[in-house]
Amino acid sequence: MSVAAIQGRVWRTPRFSLRVDERLIGVNLLLLTVLAGASLWSISAGDFPIALGDVLKTLLGRGEGANNFIIFNVRLPRLLTGIGTGIALGIAGAMFQSLARNPLASPDIIGFDSGAALGAVALVILLGASGTLVALGAVAGGLATALVVFALSWRAGGVMPLRLVLIGIGVGFFAYAGVEFLMTRSDIFEAAAAQAWLTGSLNARLWSHVWIIGATLVVLVPVALLLQPALDRIELGDDLAAALGVRVNAARLAAGFVGVLLAALSVASAGPLPFVALVSAPIARRMTRAPSIVLVTSGLVGALVVTAGDLGGRLVFAPIQLPVGVFTAVFGAPYLLWLLATQIRKGAM
Amino acid sequence: MNMMQVTRDGQLQGETLTLAYGERVIVDRLTVTIPDRKITVIVGPNACGKSTLLRALARLLKPKLGSVLLDGQEIQRLPTREVAKRLGLLPQTPIAPEGILVADLVARGRTPHQSAFQQWSAADETAVLDALEATEILDLADRRIDELSGGQRQRVWIAMALAQQTQLLLLDEPTTFLDLKHQIEVLNLVRRLNRNEGRTLVLVLHDLNLACRYADHIVAMRDGQIVAEGPPKEIITAANMAAVFGLACDVIADPMSGTPLVIPALETE
Repeated sequence: MSVAAIQGRVWRTPRFSLRVDERLIGVNLLLLTVLAGASLWSISAGDFPIALGDVLKTLLGRGEGANNFIIFNVRLPRLLTGIGTGIALGIAGAMFQSLARNPLASPDIIGFDSGAALGAVALVILLGASGTLVALGAVAGGLATALVVFALSWRAGGVMPLRLVLIGIGVGFFAYAGVEFLMTRSDIFEAAAAQAWLTGSLNARLWSHVWIIGATLVVLVPVALLLQPALDRIELGDDLAAALGVRVNAARLAAGFVGVLLAALSVASAGPLPFVALVSAPIARRMTRAPSIVLVTSGLVGALVVTAGDLGGRLVFAPIQLPVGVFTAVFGAPYLLWLLATQIRKGAM
Repeated sequence: MNMMQVTRDGQLQGETLTLAYGERVIVDRLTVTIPDRKITVIVGPNACGKSTLLRALARLLKPKLGSVLLDGQEIQRLPTREVAKRLGLLPQTPIAPEGILVADLVARGRTPHQSAFQQWSAADETAVLDALEATEILDLADRRIDELSGGQRQRVWIAMALAQQTQLLLLDEPTTFLDLKHQIEVLNLVRRLNRNEGRTLVLVLHDLNLACRYADHIVAMRDGQIVAEGPPKEIITAANMAAVFGLACDVIADPMSGTPLVIPALETE
């Protein structure tokens, strides 16, 4: 007899057993399919429309001059940067929301994105940095902000989730004020360049951006996935997780570090994209109904949100192109309002 | 009910334990031995260090001084996972993730026995089934935990701890927030686990009369010290109740079980 209520299919030999949640796999495949469709559409659409057939032909290496140029130098880097940052933000959001046991605790709300932006802008404006150095600035800014937020919300051996959220919002404003200050001190061209990036835009993405976020994901996603079972147990409470054999403090520290790096490096690649991290994990959890923080699904939802947001930003008000950050904000802000309203009603705030 | 296979024997001792949160000392040089294969109940007034002692015995709190011995080994030197195979703990207020199903939550108890290559072994499945059966919640397996009553929910948590299949099981106030009938149900379950499977149980309880009825061994604490320990009939006396709780009372024999029954004195003018 088996426990029918436990989802999934099991493969088993005496020394090995694997459990696969079919619904989870199904949701992931569905998301991948929709993401592939949105990607093709995104590559074909723009000021210079390319027919879907030509897009496929070009991607398969049998394209012609202009198509080759536009797809490989403009649209593909843009698309891949968007997908990569979306995955990073979706996973980072899921990790922080789980760690804080609060749906508001995503890196864009609790100031980590603003901190990363401050670090990056500081390097651009003060040192004239570009490329990888900007990424390092973003990482340093994100980590420093995270440290400040955690230190300020630490009370008697633990971090209170709500305290963390409120302090994070405050520190985020502070970092953003730093960004504004740097902007006023810079010359108009630097300021314009920084501003375009600060709105969270996938315009003019190069392969260098793709490499930054790609390398980030290759290194950090496996670590995040290794931490997933521990994070699932920590959701039951620190004492219970420890009683189940989880090294709570080590897992939490590692997850916090990985989450900050993912968020900061996504900011380094595409600027702060608001609300992507906030919305992805709750959507993923609702879709899969899995008893887990489903990091892979959260990442895929994040990728889809950014890709669809970029497509929407380019198409809805064409020929005016809205940066993807504006578009995600338009849809993310109402969700934040709803979340705040329900949290207040539940007495959590 | 079928006999559960329990992983290993566990003997638990605390030696001259000093426990503190930061600088605040809660328990001062306390020595205790948990009798093997018996039900031990820790009683004492609020904030006397019961839960703190339980946390230290479960390796969740590192003693300032002294050591906890599990099967004669210093527990702080054992890996977390190794401890979790021998000793389970149910904290006072565990958190149920939103929307989780009963079976999935109970399955979490298998954590110390699982790995990336051993995600859901036959033993895992049997353990979860046995735990659901022992706590009589097999029919609730596919329900969401937030739909359940307080008593049912408490049985789910205990089932989770059972699925861990440890010889030692520490329960911190497992009957708080339950009505009397549900309290009795939980304690009957505890007794079955002890009598049928030979598990060692340690409980923190507030209700002295229930403690007397179910305990083989009582540890009475006050201000971080053990005031008295032994079988209920020896420990629960009017003199000890005055010393431990500052409570004036009479102790008579429970007409049902013959165990001590504490009758608080009337207020005197």
